[in-house]
Amino acid sequence: MMRRATPGTSSVDMRTVLAGIELPSPILTASGCAAAGREIDQFVDITTIGGVVTKSVMLNARSGRATPRMAETPSGMLNGIGLQGPGIDAFIEKDLAWLNYRGARTIVSIAGSSFEEYQTVAARLAQAEGVAAVEVNISCPNVADRGLVFACDPFASARVIALVRSVIPNDIPVLAKLSPDVTDITAITRAVVDAGANGVSLINTLLGMVIDTDTLKPRLSGGTGGLSGPAIRPVAVRAVYQVRAAFPDLPILGMGGIRTGLDALEFLAAGADAVSVGTVVFNDPSSLVRIHDELATALTQRGFNSLIDVIGAAHFE
Amino acid sequence: MAVQVTGEIVSNTKAGEYHVLTMTGQGIPEEAKPGQFVALSVGGPLGSTLLRRAFSIYRAQTRGAYGGTVDIVVAPHGPGTDWLADRQRGDRVNIIGPLGKPFALPRDPVPCVLVGGGYGAAPLFSLADALIQRGCRVDVILGASGQGKLFGIVDARRVASTLSITTDDGSVGTKGVVTDLLPRVIDRANSAVVYACGPMGMLKAVTAVAKEHGAHSQTAVEEAMACGIGVCMTCVLPVIGDDGETRMVRSCVEGPCFHGDRVRWDEVHTVPADTVGAPVGGGE
Repeated sequence: MMRRATPGTSSVDMRTVLAGIELPSPILTASGCAAAGREIDQFVDITTIGGVVTKSVMLNARSGRATPRMAETPSGMLNGIGLQGPGIDAFIEKDLAWLNYRGARTIVSIAGSSFEEYQTVAARLAQAEGVAAVEVNISCPNVADRGLVFACDPFASARVIALVRSVIPNDIPVLAKLSPDVTDITAITRAVVDAGANGVSLINTLLGMVIDTDTLKPRLSGGTGGLSGPAIRPVAVRAVYQVRAAFPDLPILGMGGIRTGLDALEFLAAGADAVSVGTVVFNDPSSLVRIHDELATALTQRGFNSLIDVIGAAHFE
Repeated sequence: MAVQVTGEIVSNTKAGEYHVLTMTGQGIPEEAKPGQFVALSVGGPLGSTLLRRAFSIYRAQTRGAYGGTVDIVVAPHGPGTDWLADRQRGDRVNIIGPLGKPFALPRDPVPCVLVGGGYGAAPLFSLADALIQRGCRVDVILGASGQGKLFGIVDARRVASTLSITTDDGSVGTKGVVTDLLPRVIDRANSAVVYACGPMGMLKAVTAVAKEHGAHSQTAVEEAMACGIGVCMTCVLPVIGDDGETRMVRSCVEGPCFHGDRVRWDEVHTVPADTVGAPVGGGE
């Protein structure tokens, strides 16, 4: 019986550093795929993984969208949850407090529908204890700009990051989570780095649609949704590779369809300092530990003594 | 607490248009309560169907030739359920369970009616056993579109004081739907609680009949889920809480068993305007 899995022992030093945060494992949860860690903690000891990246929290409580909110797709899924959540105050009081009580390393994902909302949420979070880092989900529609997604515009992306950075204490890193739905992801990266981002999370979901072939209408209540899972992995690896090539020293948290230790190894070789496991947690909640163990084995087989030695290996001469 | 285990298929038998799968699942049958469910991965460790499929626990046996086993009822109707229906003895399947809130049981030995629609009847028989143990009288109504989609007649005969059957096409029992017979069954047995599991439309109708007749209703909902454990937020429906506020709650964690009066049946698949955190003036 697997009850609360923990990583096995390995001769490989699996520690990594992400934007100055030391992590015992390079495997983290992904925003929106592990709630605030509590449910997953039934299956893996969340203090033994790299960290918990929480579901994006906004200023106020949100009901999210009507159902259907998801559709299964080949090796993936399309989702349009609509950022259901308790709002930042209840999040800090209940979810963050619990994560701190459990001793998890917590990366809090924040979102907003306006520049002001991002800054207000960040300012509330700045007052809270136990935030290892802030991940800024900029793949949200800007209500004031015809619903244009912040992440698709370098100026809007930079302004969000600058506002968040201005209120978050300097010793807490701010990661910008970027959308792959852009022409040149390194241009967006340049914009957020110049605005003060300490690193980037690559990648958010791809915008997609599924049509119900009985009703001949979009399957999701919101029409479009975000595509995730192993189906998007090569897109994510490409994004990590391109950003690492353009920014050799920029901290990168990689994610997009990681299912096995070898998948994680692809991201590390492409240049990620750590990785998040998202959609696959729905399939296999204990995968966070399984992938860590598979990665340790893969590194041993390839003669690595230390995980950090493989980071960016695809770029080595 | 739920566990994630690799189980082995012990048997796969046909029951009408359904398959009853018996599988080992160490730690699950020991903890399972009537109304709880298991979430199965489908397609194998490298398959392309990633989302877990949820099934009511039909039977949970803690002892037997194979140790503890769990039985589920599968209606093949898509890639995941087709894959499960093809599993043979000895095949492995990853199981998480037991999950969700079980049916609430009455404190006193009051008469209860159990209403099942199609394979939705699956969780009702372990419930019936628990009710009978408490001294409750149990009446059962089973309904389906036709004969091949009825489930659990043999089980129902074993546990029920009376068994009523309806089919849409009249192929077995009374032509019509379960709620055509429910008022008479409630009146005859003076039932205090109606338990129901089946399609949303049936649960809505059963809740209304129960209320009219002064009976409490306990409904087990079936919503599409991706994970079954409370993290994906896809299986939500509008439910009124103890504080009178409506929230979009997860049927996997806060359900699947709800007091029927608390579910806003007419607004399932919508976000009612007075829901906590409902969108203001459009938006998502």
